[in-house]
Amino acid sequence: MIDPHEKTARPARTTDEPANGKMPPPIRRITLDSQPTVALPPSQDAVAIANTSDRSLAAAGRPTRGVAGPERMTISDLSVYYGDNHAVKNVSLPIRQGEVLALIGPSGCGKTTLLRTLNRLTELTGSARREGLITLDGTDIDSLEVTEHRRRVSMVFQQPNPFPMSVFDNVAYALREQGSKRPKKKVLEPYVVDALQRAGLYDEVSSNLDHPALRLSGGQQQRLCIARALAARPEVLLMDEPCSALDPKSTNVIEELIVELRKELAIVIVTHNLQQAYRVGDHVAFMYLGDLVEYGPTDELFDNPKAARTRDYIGGAFG
Amino acid sequence: MLHRLREPWTDRRAGLMLGALACSVLAVIVFMLVFIAIKAWPSFAHNGLSWFSSKGVADQQLDAMVNSGANPSGADYELGAWPLIYATLLTTFFATFFGLIFSLLSAIFIVEFAPEPIRRVIVPVVRLLAAVPSVIYGLIGILVLAPFIGNSVITADQKSSVQFVIPLSGTGLGVAIAVLTVMITPIMIAITVDGLHSIPRAWKEGALALGVNRWRAMWTVTVRAARPAIIAGAVLATARALGEAIMISMVAGSKGFSPNPLDGFTFFFEPVRTLAATVVEDAESINAPAMQASLYAMALVLLIGAFFLSLGSWIAKQPLKKYGTRS
Amino acid sequence: MSVPTRPGGTAPPLPPLPLPRSPGGGGRQGRSPKKKRVNESISTWRLTDRIGYVMMWAAGLLLCAIGIGILAYMAFKGVQYLRPQLVLSSPTADVDQSASGGFLDPLLGTILITLIGIVIATPIAIFAATWIVEYGRPTWLARLIDSGIEIIAGTPDIVIALFGLVLFQQGIFGWMSFTAAGGAVFGRSFLTAGAMMSLIALPMVFAATREGLQSIPLHIREASYALGKTKAATIRRVLLPSVKANISTGAALGMGRIAGDTAIIVVLLGASLTLDPEGNVPGLNVLKGTGGTLTSYVYNNSPAGEGNAPQKAYAAAFVLLLIVLALNFAVDLIARSGAKTGLETSRLGAR
Repeated sequence: MIDPHEKTARPARTTDEPANGKMPPPIRRITLDSQPTVALPPSQDAVAIANTSDRSLAAAGRPTRGVAGPERMTISDLSVYYGDNHAVKNVSLPIRQGEVLALIGPSGCGKTTLLRTLNRLTELTGSARREGLITLDGTDIDSLEVTEHRRRVSMVFQQPNPFPMSVFDNVAYALREQGSKRPKKKVLEPYVVDALQRAGLYDEVSSNLDHPALRLSGGQQQRLCIARALAARPEVLLMDEPCSALDPKSTNVIEELIVELRKELAIVIVTHNLQQAYRVGDHVAFMYLGDLVEYGPTDELFDNPKAARTRDYIGGAFG
Repeated sequence: MLHRLREPWTDRRAGLMLGALACSVLAVIVFMLVFIAIKAWPSFAHNGLSWFSSKGVADQQLDAMVNSGANPSGADYELGAWPLIYATLLTTFFATFFGLIFSLLSAIFIVEFAPEPIRRVIVPVVRLLAAVPSVIYGLIGILVLAPFIGNSVITADQKSSVQFVIPLSGTGLGVAIAVLTVMITPIMIAITVDGLHSIPRAWKEGALALGVNRWRAMWTVTVRAARPAIIAGAVLATARALGEAIMISMVAGSKGFSPNPLDGFTFFFEPVRTLAATVVEDAESINAPAMQASLYAMALVLLIGAFFLSLGSWIAKQPLKKYGTRS
Repeated sequence: MSVPTRPGGTAPPLPPLPLPRSPGGGGRQGRSPKKKRVNESISTWRLTDRIGYVMMWAAGLLLCAIGIGILAYMAFKGVQYLRPQLVLSSPTADVDQSASGGFLDPLLGTILITLIGIVIATPIAIFAATWIVEYGRPTWLARLIDSGIEIIAGTPDIVIALFGLVLFQQGIFGWMSFTAAGGAVFGRSFLTAGAMMSLIALPMVFAATREGLQSIPLHIREASYALGKTKAATIRRVLLPSVKANISTGAALGMGRIAGDTAIIVVLLGASLTLDPEGNVPGLNVLKGTGGTLTSYVYNNSPAGEGNAPQKAYAAAFVLLLIVLALNFAVDLIARSGAKTGLETSRLGAR
């Protein structure tokens, strides 16, 4: 029992001066402009290669990056309000074909809102307002019919949401419902097969395309959703944390798929998982509380982040 | 099994008692079927299968039963109930058909497309309509709708064209169908709206994100997934339409007459009387054995009809389960 | 599990499906002004979609019009013809119905039959629902009882009325109604009609109670068992009190349905103008006797019945409507004040 009158009490806990430089970062005392309180970790891949027992990563080394092509979408000075809440503050970003743009940031930073604004899904919420300009291939998206816009900019959601229909009907859905005439099944079949192949699911479902979609496994359902999004040949593919509900094996499959797909599409992926952003992203945008803090090529941003907040986030000081 | 022996005695007693009470519900149904069948037997025994056919004017046959007194002879049981059955089928079918379209469109309107001020009005209105008793619907039908039809819609030509067969006043098949449709719509709307709301939003968002407009997304995804609920609502409404007695007896003209489709539009103005309405109207003379047997026979037909409706809806829902629609 | 790659060489690209592309050329390149939600125009929809959209609006507006029309018309006519002495005086058997008597007896009849019906239905429904949710073994029996109650809910009320007649005309039920000298049981009385009315209300109370019990999370029951309470005590002390609001809602809905039913009254209550007590025991004699309710009164006074006094029919119908609407309004009040988990009374409220 501690005697309250004892003067030699335990040393007061001051967490700003670690005794030996190895104390864990203080979670509660983060302020926006503080100096980084953790030593910057050594270069990512050196640590990974040194510590990992997973041979594939060690052998693979750095992931190969995509070659950026023409700019498909441009976000200029975009602000999104939910009522009075300023969810996205003056963000400008380019989205280029041939590469993957990864949006990272802690919860509530506006990255999902930004993503959903790109295909105008925020308009489903009554209180949402948008300012600024988004262009698709040079055209202001507000001047396009919204269904037309969404055909060109497709989305894959966090929870796989295949419709309660067969696999074939799911993938053919966009093709059937968008035209003015309903195409026959024979006409649709090659497109459906093509979309399933591009999504890497065809081999697993080719025996029975009428299999109910809801009976597939989680990873298969997500790939089905990707196939569904690809069926109508979009120009941009938006992915909202597509692997967060999946196990690591399915995650691996989908990440390899993303790397394949980026050649023909512009892909924007929102992810919570920094390692995933490192693996698949070619450019990374870090957002915090609605602001775009930093944007740059992945390797640069992870190795030499320019902003203090980025350094803190990547180093795990908060998030 | 062993753990059941260790259940506290109070629990087992309570379980048995409650279970017995719950089983009494089943007993009621069984008794209902048995008793009504027993009482209905004489009518079927004397008529055989011709009970379901048309053997002359049904009203005359029913009148004869009333007059036959306490000891009817075999001939007094004669009844060819086809006009009544035909009327029941007509009213139920048309009311369900129009009601289904009306209620499905209204339900979609309420769930997705109605602006907020209109939704604030239409939701309580539907709830209130569902609560209105059938006798009030019948009152409005007979005091407002029927005179309107009789005086303004039926032309003198139409009246004279059938005047040797049947007189046309306002009450008839058309008014019955119209009021019955309005009566069963609120139930269907309530159940359909429930069903539509229970569809996960993720499906709707997924459809919209694929570039499909709101109407198509609603029909091809949400309504399609809510088909079991829609069927359930339709079955409930059809059962109500089938058994509706009081309102029909007030507005349908109360004559056991088979409308002739070849009459054209006059078809809808001809008076009818359904099985249920006949039972209600002739219930006062139910002490006459011939009448009693006939009325119970009609009730048995209605009971079995309602039972087959439930069975049919269960069958209709089975193939929908394959792809994972909610039921 | 590796990603299956495209077989062989790359296949030639498929021609694009002829999907409509809007002529979006020449869109605005400048900054868009501060914008509220952009409405989609329906001009790009398929023709069938547009027709459907218009029909949907028509249906919605027609529904509003009909609903408001019916309620407004009944209110208008009711206020026009309702006089206080109608409510307070009994009907008289007069040739000129339009100037004689009121509908006090039918009003009392409505109240009486509703009370009898709900008092019989509620305990049975609660017990049945409790058994199904809390015990429910064997499962086939539970499913059977569930279907059974659904069948009862779908049975026409006229069939239930006839069943009541044949049931209560058996000798053992002679105590419930008038028995003639020769032993023939009349079978029609408030007790018999009330018993059959309970079948009308049973499915509603049952469904509401069952929903309420099912929505109580499992951990509440587990907490009670962990404290050493038996299942029976848990049900009695923990579960049932917390679904009181559900039970009340179901009961109010059931009462509304009983109050509005006519066919059972006509067959099983005699549908007379006044209350005709039977026997000598005060109180019980009313229950054993016949009578009428507001519904049979309206029916009799309409052109379909004998009375042909539409003014009184309107007045009585208005009072009936008020009673039924008050019961439904009570459902709302109960729901709002006793809002527990899973109590969903307004089936149409937007979520």
